[in-house]
Amino acid sequence: MRKKRILIWIFLTAAVLVFLFPVILLGVNSLMGQEELTASYGSILYGNKGNLEWKLFPLYPTLRAYIQLLLDSPDFFVMFWNSVRQVFPILFGQLLFGIPAAWALGRYSFRGRRILVYLYMILMILPFQVTMVSSYSVLSFFNILDTHWAVILPGVFSALPVFLMTKFFQGIPDSLLEAAKVDGAGEIQAFFYVGLPLGLPGIISSLILNFLEYWNAIEPPMTFLKTKSKFPVSLYLSSITLNDVGTSFAASVLIMAPSVFLFAWGQSYLEQGIIASGLKE
Amino acid sequence: MRRMRHRIWWTKWNCTWRNRRKQGSRKNCIKKQNKKKNLLPWLLLAPSLLGVGIFTLIPFADVFRRSFQKAVGTGFVGLGNYRTVLDNQAFQLAAGNTGRFLFVCLPLLLGLSLFVALLLERLGRKGNLLKSGFLLPMAVPAASVVLFWQLFFDREGILNHILEIFHIQGPDYMNSSGAFGVLVAVYIWKNLGYDMILWLSGLLGIPESLYEAARIDGAGEVQCFWFITRPLLVQTAFLTGTLSLVNAFKVFREAWMIAGNYPHDSIYMLQNLFNNWFTKLDMQKMTAGAVMLAAVLGIFLILCQKAEERWKQ
Repeated sequence: MRKKRILIWIFLTAAVLVFLFPVILLGVNSLMGQEELTASYGSILYGNKGNLEWKLFPLYPTLRAYIQLLLDSPDFFVMFWNSVRQVFPILFGQLLFGIPAAWALGRYSFRGRRILVYLYMILMILPFQVTMVSSYSVLSFFNILDTHWAVILPGVFSALPVFLMTKFFQGIPDSLLEAAKVDGAGEIQAFFYVGLPLGLPGIISSLILNFLEYWNAIEPPMTFLKTKSKFPVSLYLSSITLNDVGTSFAASVLIMAPSVFLFAWGQSYLEQGIIASGLKE
Repeated sequence: MRRMRHRIWWTKWNCTWRNRRKQGSRKNCIKKQNKKKNLLPWLLLAPSLLGVGIFTLIPFADVFRRSFQKAVGTGFVGLGNYRTVLDNQAFQLAAGNTGRFLFVCLPLLLGLSLFVALLLERLGRKGNLLKSGFLLPMAVPAASVVLFWQLFFDREGILNHILEIFHIQGPDYMNSSGAFGVLVAVYIWKNLGYDMILWLSGLLGIPESLYEAARIDGAGEVQCFWFITRPLLVQTAFLTGTLSLVNAFKVFREAWMIAGNYPHDSIYMLQNLFNNWFTKLDMQKMTAGAVMLAAVLGIFLILCQKAEERWKQ
């Protein structure tokens, strides 16, 4: 039995290392200098004949790539800022419109409720390609194509946050809300003093899942934006050539940094969110 | 005496009338409150529904209508657009590839993630760090990991470099049918953790006492899995399958980042096709295609639901 456990440990640890390999490699290689990278990946990047002298750890670690990226490439800054400008309004709007809707779906029984829950569920499941044309036509109708709003507005009204938060609000025990009402709290007070604090894990996990989703947005900005100066950072590496390999590792690391930090901070919320996204009606 | 009677009558009348009025007003009050209560959820829902309606439902209805029409003007062409799409060679290729991808990936991902979940469950709380390791890829944006995939799967890349040690000559992955394998690997790398969490939550719902009882009766590990875990996980399986299907369409991000608009034929997916139709503004094909894709997905999900219900009985 013990032997088996040790075997499981070894096997899973090896598997995790394989899974983390891309992240580790990107992180470590971002500390290499241009010369070292050229030596390592020359055969891939420039078609140099000769073997790949590939190594994982840098011999001469340096932060030059980061400095170069942060000081000399205004593009990166602009795109990073674009991402911030697109993602945070989306998240804010999702909460603003999503929380009341989720509260209604999760805490009240009324005619039509079931159909609405199904509606949000289906909308959550549809891939972007299905709604692409319709979104495009409505965005062009409002004349906001190629503005930040073209990415923000469809994101605000996505179904996932409503669906997720509904699940969490449903999980709040009735007795607590009733107790609050007995003590004289109105509907609004009961929501702010009982519902909101108890539903907070749902709100946080919705925020995390949606941050990961929209920080990684590729299709919507690709289809609804034309001007390069409005692109989010998720499209940065598609626009630079591999010749900039010196900074591209550093760029990769900086792009994933917010997501990874958020993941490290809120992993338990993230897991709760994943589980809730699967809870059936 | 008469006056007295009158007075009594008057008070009586007054009291009952007052009471009735009061009662009436109370009833009215309750009705009003009820109405208020019924209205409140709709009021809360209104902004969100309005947004969803404007940005998704109404435009999609419009797309549905347009899918039966000519590109210019309002001529009705019936199923003509659908026929054009179905006869389109690129569509056949893309639909076939997408189908093949789903057919290979979904069982593979479900199996692998279940396997990892079962092993992780054995380790208990101590395995939490490993769990994070499997889940982390979910948080890594396609934009940052694309560089790694390019270096890893290049003809002279890291993978072939490693294979060379074992004297195996690897192919040029991105420019051969190996691209399909790359896509499968990327999909599994990204989604294994997500599915694993779902499986783990399903496993958590199986009472330990069942296993203990079975073990006392002399059941081995394989039997425990087959007769207890497997039947009790079916619901989780349906659900994990559905969510994996949803996520399978998102693999396009990585695919597009690695291979661009015109990748090798083996990974030319519906998403590429839609994207290319879009750049050409080929509206008829797009509308018909979107309706068909939605219909196929919808039917598939309904069938899943039905199969699950039947299984429950």
